[in-house]
Amino acid sequence: MSENLKMQVKNFYFYYAGSKEPALKNINMPIYENRVTALIGPSGCGKTTLLRSFNRMHDLYPGNRYEGEILLDGENILREDIDLIDLRSRVGMVFQKPTPFPMSIFDNVAYGLKIRGIKDKTELSERVEKALKQAALWDEVKDRLNEPASGMSGGQQQRLVIARALAVEPEVLLFDEPTSALDPISTAKIEELVVQLKENVTIVIVTHNMQQAARVSDYTGFMYMGELIEFDKTDIIFTSPKEKLTEQYISGKFG
Amino acid sequence: MKRFIKLPITDIIFALISFSASFIVLTLIFSTILVLYNESSLAIHRFGILNFIFTVDWDPVREVFGAASSLYGTLVTTVLSLLIAIPISIGIAIFLTEISPHIMKTPVGIAIEMLAAIPSIIYGMWGLFTLAPIMANYIEPALQATLGKVPVIGKLFEGTPMGIDLFTASVILSIMITPFIASIARDSFNLTPNIVKESAYALGATHWEVIRDVVIPYAKLGVYGGIVLALGRALGETMAVAFVLGNNHQITLSLFEAAATITVTLANEFTEADTDIYLSSLFYLALILFVLSFVVLAAAKIFLLRAEKGYSR
Repeated sequence: MSENLKMQVKNFYFYYAGSKEPALKNINMPIYENRVTALIGPSGCGKTTLLRSFNRMHDLYPGNRYEGEILLDGENILREDIDLIDLRSRVGMVFQKPTPFPMSIFDNVAYGLKIRGIKDKTELSERVEKALKQAALWDEVKDRLNEPASGMSGGQQQRLVIARALAVEPEVLLFDEPTSALDPISTAKIEELVVQLKENVTIVIVTHNMQQAARVSDYTGFMYMGELIEFDKTDIIFTSPKEKLTEQYISGKFG
Repeated sequence: MKRFIKLPITDIIFALISFSASFIVLTLIFSTILVLYNESSLAIHRFGILNFIFTVDWDPVREVFGAASSLYGTLVTTVLSLLIAIPISIGIAIFLTEISPHIMKTPVGIAIEMLAAIPSIIYGMWGLFTLAPIMANYIEPALQATLGKVPVIGKLFEGTPMGIDLFTASVILSIMITPFIASIARDSFNLTPNIVKESAYALGATHWEVIRDVVIPYAKLGVYGGIVLALGRALGETMAVAFVLGNNHQITLSLFEAAATITVTLANEFTEADTDIYLSSLFYLALILFVLSFVVLAAAKIFLLRAEKGYSR
């Protein structure tokens, strides 16, 4: 299969506010279009830090610093003058825990559309329905769209948050350990969803769970101490890694 | 049943002590009501309930007493002070939690809490000597020249600005209750989980949209709680208001007229009450304030409980 480059990380360094030591060192990796890329590694290795650079979440806290380049369709998103609101509508994100807003199920999914100025009721309900169907949630909630989202189960809330991110039709979707707060059945549903979604979006997923990376991803990057140790096709990483560290990690010798 | 018998003796003693501690509270409330009722029975028999509440006159010479003017002053100052204090407090809280640079958060926060620590008599003195002249010379004439020209609303600003009136009293009250609402609202805003705010930013929301759609709705209940606390304080506040209200038993539409609140009437007139019916009428007023505070705070509590239920779902 032919691979198109969606994003590319080039000589990327990241420094947290007040720290002289980089949290990420010389990261180079491709992210292919309509593929699932997994980032694995032990706690504190920098995989979430890297993920949060892709939509510039680090900008919310003053003093953080990026160096190098992250290209999205060939354009460097680390440029000073990039429109962060535009960037974040192209690169969506789903977090470790479900994060419904204190509003109804419908309003949660419509939120990203409403803040972009879409007011037309018909368009809103069409796009909310589409997003909820994509997130495999429509059948469960179609009769109670006006109820508060806080009344749903954890797994449903996480799929709601995915629907909310999908509603604005992002090109890339970032998942930061999306199943770490969920039970096995909800986890299985989310994993299934991730695999389905790659038809429409490019996905990057950070996970603690190596089996999860093996199940859902096409490419895997193994990170350790702020460096990308190895990046390759997922089956190669899990069957014949080139680096000794990778082999030790996936065979459970540390981490 | 059997479990109780098995309790060690120390646990039983402790249970009894804590039970009697809470029992004291109930006893105090009921005995307060009883005393108030007892002392005011003379006035209750003479003037009745509705008649007393709706009589404007408060005339010790003719021995005609009615609560309407004091009640009116209490309600107007309370409502007006809340109207002034709520938007200011929420603005302060938003600034402190979401906008202010880190180094300013603690000093400004402490300064706001210090406002609550100032004794109310000092507010009263400051109100009389500093605020009242400012109100009379600048703010009230300015309001008359602008809002006073608007039909209907203009009626609220009629009369000669003296600075000793309902409006000044409400401003003082609002300064006193601002720290309550602001510090509780700030604490509630801080409870909004970071990850929820981040998800809104990740959807492309602006700073203002995150505050409006996530932080404020999340903190709504806490802010209501702060407003209830402030409401209780405003209803019962005496000294600060007494200095700048003028103790005049009348009901006027204009906010620039001297008036009386229940608390101010009580504070001013107990020493002058030379007849039984005068004294009894003052106790009657106190009883009404007690019932009013009780009803308002109970209603607010019930509302909060309900909101909490609807919220946690």
